[in-house]
Amino acid sequence: MRQGRERVGYQLIVVSVLVLIAAVLASLSLGATGITLSALGRVLHAYVFGSTDAERVTEQLVLLDIRLPRTLLGVFVGAALAVSGAMMQGLFRNPLADPGIVGVSSGAALAAVATIALGNSLAAPWTKAFGVYALPFAAFLGGFLTTTLLVLIAGRRGQLMVGTLLLAGIAIGAMSGALTGLIAYASDDRELRDLTLWSLGSLSGASWPKVMAILPFMAIIFLALPRVTRALNGFLLGEAEAFHLGIDVERMKWLIIFATAASVGAAVAVAGIVGFVGIVVPHFIRLIAGPDHRFVLPCSALLGAALLLLADVIARLAVRPAELPLGIVMAAIGAPVFLHLVLRRGVGGLE
Amino acid sequence: MLEAREIVLERRGRRLLDGIDIAIPSGLVTAIVGPNGAGKSMLLKVLAGELAPTAGSVQLDGKDLRTFSALALARRRAMVPQSTNLSFPFTVVEVVRLGASVPGFDGIKTRAHELADQALQCVGLEGFGARLYNELSGGEKQRVHIARALCQLDAAHRAEGETTVLMLDEPTSSLDLAHQVRVLDEARRQASIGRAVLLVIHDLNLAAAWADDIVLVSAGRIRARGKPAEIFDNGILSEAYGCAIQVNRTPAPGVPYMLPHLIAAASRRGEAG
Repeated sequence: MRQGRERVGYQLIVVSVLVLIAAVLASLSLGATGITLSALGRVLHAYVFGSTDAERVTEQLVLLDIRLPRTLLGVFVGAALAVSGAMMQGLFRNPLADPGIVGVSSGAALAAVATIALGNSLAAPWTKAFGVYALPFAAFLGGFLTTTLLVLIAGRRGQLMVGTLLLAGIAIGAMSGALTGLIAYASDDRELRDLTLWSLGSLSGASWPKVMAILPFMAIIFLALPRVTRALNGFLLGEAEAFHLGIDVERMKWLIIFATAASVGAAVAVAGIVGFVGIVVPHFIRLIAGPDHRFVLPCSALLGAALLLLADVIARLAVRPAELPLGIVMAAIGAPVFLHLVLRRGVGGLE
Repeated sequence: MLEAREIVLERRGRRLLDGIDIAIPSGLVTAIVGPNGAGKSMLLKVLAGELAPTAGSVQLDGKDLRTFSALALARRRAMVPQSTNLSFPFTVVEVVRLGASVPGFDGIKTRAHELADQALQCVGLEGFGARLYNELSGGEKQRVHIARALCQLDAAHRAEGETTVLMLDEPTSSLDLAHQVRVLDEARRQASIGRAVLLVIHDLNLAAAWADDIVLVSAGRIRARGKPAEIFDNGILSEAYGCAIQVNRTPAPGVPYMLPHLIAAASRRGEAG
C-alpha cells in the first residue's frame, strides 16, 4: 500500500501523457471542415516537398495554420490553469483555492472587458497602439497589476501573509467585478454580446502570434515547477513546519505567486475566462495519487491540457458549423464529474 | 552547543522574552517548564530560528542562526510542533518522509523508505504507514510528527562534531501514560546518541523524571535553571505558578514529584458535599 500510492503516482504520469497525446490527436483531426488525421501525412509531405495542389493547400492551411496553433494554445492554457490551481491550493493549504480567489483572474478580466467595451472611445489610443494584441496584452497586464497590488498589500512587512493575501484577494476581486459590471451596464448591445462571449471563454481566435505571445509565460511556469514541488509539500504541513524542514518560505511564496500570475494572466489573455480546470484537475489527481506535489503538479499540467483540448473539440463539433463557448462546455463536463467525485470519494481531507 | 545570549523578544509593544541567557548542551535532555503564557513556546521558536529575536542572538556551535539558510539549519535542527491538522489526505509515511526530503540530504532516494520505517518504529507506529494522517487520534498524530523529526535528523548529512538539536513542543500533551513514557524514552535515547534535546513540557513530574536539566520560565524570564532535584522546591514553584505546590520525593533515587495542595482541594470538596 505504501509503495502502492507512489507507484500509482508514477503510473498516473504515464497515463496522463497517453491521454494528452490522444487529446492532441483528437484536436488536430476533428473539426468543422472534415479534414481528418490521415491528411496530416499528406500535408507534411506536401510541406516538405512543396505542392501546388489546391486540396493540399487547403488541408495544410487548416491543419498547420488553424488547428495546430489552436491545439497548442489549448495545451498551454489548460496546463497553465490546472498547474496554477494546484499551486494556489498548496500555498493556501486549501483544496478549494483557485487563481480566481486571489483576484488574478478578475483583474485580468476587468482589463480585457475595458478594452472590449471602451476600445472605440476611452481606450482608443491603447487599441490603436497594440492592434490585435490590445486585448491579450491588457488582460495580462490586468492580472499582473492585481497580483503586484496584492503582494504589496499582503507583503508590506517583508513577509507575505497568506491570510491577508486571501482576504485582500477577495476584496480586490469584488472590486474588479463591480467595475466590470459597471462597464457592462454602460455598454451597447453589440459590445455586450462581445463581452458575454469573451467571458465564456474560447480558443476560436487561436493563431501563431498568440501561441508565441503565451510561450514566455509557459517557460516561466515550467521553470518554476521543479523548484516549488518540495516547498509545496512542506507548505501542506504549515509555514512554520515548512521552515523547519529547510524550505526558504518567503522566497518560495513569492515564486509561486509570480508563476501563478504569469500563467493565469497569459491564459485569460488568450482564451478568456475558462473556469473549473484549476479546481477539478488537481482534485481528481489527489483522489487517485494523493497530495504529493511530485505527482500533482506534472499530472495537473498534462491532464489540464488534455481536458481543455477535449472540451474545445466538443465546443467545435457540438453545434457545427458554429461553436459553443469553451467555458460552457467545460462547466457542463466539469461540474457533473466533480460532483460525482465528491459524492463517491469524499472531499479528500477537507473535513 | 546551542546558545542564546541576552534574548529579548517584543511583539506589538509587549515584551515576551526578556534577557534570556541559555545554553543547550549536546547529550542532555533539557526541559523548559513554566506557567501558561510564560513565553516557553516563544523561546523555543527563537531557539529554532523561526522567530528572530528583537535583541540578542542565538548561536549554534558559535555561529549566529541568522547566518544559516533554512536548509543548513534543517540539517542540524528538527522541530516537533504541537499536533497540526492537514488539509490534504497525506498518509502517515508521506508525512514522515517529508522529513527526509531536504535536498542535499544523504541518499534520500534510496534511504527515505528505510528511514521512515525506522522512525515510525521508534515512536511505536510500525504498521501505520499507509493510514491517513487525518484519521489518526491526536496522540498518534503527535507521534507521526516526532517520527518525521527523527527522520529529518537521521537523513541529514553532517560533518563530525556538529551539534544537532531535536526540539519538541509539548510532545506528551495528548498522549496516554504509556506513550508519554515511550516518547520521553525516545527523547533520552536521542540525547544518548549525542543530540541536544530540548522540550517544552507542562507536566512537572515527567520533566523531573526524564529531563537532565530544567529551565523554569515565567513572565518571559528564566527563574531557575538546574537539575530537577535542585530546582523543584516548594517556594520556587509556588511563586512561578502562583499557586501552592507541594514537592515530594520518591524513596529510591529521590526524584521530586509535585502535587498541587491536594488536601486543601479535598477538604473544599468535602465542605461543598
